[in-house]
Amino acid sequence: MALAIKVNGTIQSVDVDNDAPLLWVLRDALGLAGTKFGCGVAQCGACTVFVDGKPMRSCTLPISALGTREVTTIEGVSGREAEAVQQAWIARDVPQCGYCQSGQVMSAVALLKQVKKPSDRDIDLAMNGNVCRCATYVRIRAAIHDAARALEG
Amino acid sequence: MMRAQALLAAGAAAVTVLVAGAAAQTTRQQTTAKDLRPVSSFQSVADQQARSIALFEEAGKVLHHPRCVNCHPATERPLQSDAMRPHQPLVVRGADGHGVPGMTCNTCHHTANFDAARVPGHPQWHLAPASMAWEGRTLGEICAQIKDPNRNGGKDMAALLHHMAEDSLVGWGWSPGPGREPAPGTQASFGALLRAWADAGAHCPPS
Repeated sequence: MALAIKVNGTIQSVDVDNDAPLLWVLRDALGLAGTKFGCGVAQCGACTVFVDGKPMRSCTLPISALGTREVTTIEGVSGREAEAVQQAWIARDVPQCGYCQSGQVMSAVALLKQVKKPSDRDIDLAMNGNVCRCATYVRIRAAIHDAARALEG
Repeated sequence: MMRAQALLAAGAAAVTVLVAGAAAQTTRQQTTAKDLRPVSSFQSVADQQARSIALFEEAGKVLHHPRCVNCHPATERPLQSDAMRPHQPLVVRGADGHGVPGMTCNTCHHTANFDAARVPGHPQWHLAPASMAWEGRTLGEICAQIKDPNRNGGKDMAALLHHMAEDSLVGWGWSPGPGREPAPGTQASFGALLRAWADAGAHCPPS
């Protein structure tokens, strides 16, 4: 099926199966490999992207269900929250192996867009669908607090 | 000799597990019939109150089914699967039943079932409000709940019956995708039972 989808602000033409998960369209058809395959069943969060600005697991979203909604990936995420998260991630040296981190960053940005000063509980509830095999959770939580403080200033 | 005893013990344990499993399966088959009795089969119950209660108890096979209870949990966390395990990952109801900022239901549950990953979906996927928790409740308690506008979202009987018989998220319970047992009967037969229950006075089971 040939279709046009809007990814990171640009209309892209792809020719893929109807039921191809968005994740594989991004990675294989468009070469946007920053979004990772982790589990394939929406259990780990590595494949998180924004769809119309809201975080979604792309591994379980068939391309036929995307419609005209706009996709933002780790390559295209931008804005104050994204910049604050990026800086906090660098300052805290958050990633270890790094595999899950694009999903972690997308979820963290999504949280900060909606909750300006998240509590530990807010962070835990927003982030616990993002699994990290290196267990960087403590640094992730601290970095989100850092980013929130930076956004206040 | 010791090796033989260990093998025997292991074998006995395996048999125990198999027997227990079979017993559990038998119990499950008895309590989760796949069909609902038709309304007509209750006509022989002459007493109107008794008939109303019997109709509700038949509809209760649906109300107590995992497809319904999983999203009417007693806590802020939904259940999942036919075994009604706590939802993984940990997610919560949130202010509007759709989760919390950064982790809403539709972060993972999209507009339709995605059978390749066995992830269920529906455009309105969300939890029932805490006032409509059914987990661990008797049919008598659920009956009182669903009739109470203070707990059922302000629904009168007509709205309640419409919700049960027509709402498409309720209807998902009969089209849950592979790996999940559908609710008994059909949404139409479930709705017909509740309509007949209401027509007979909407009486509740005593417990």
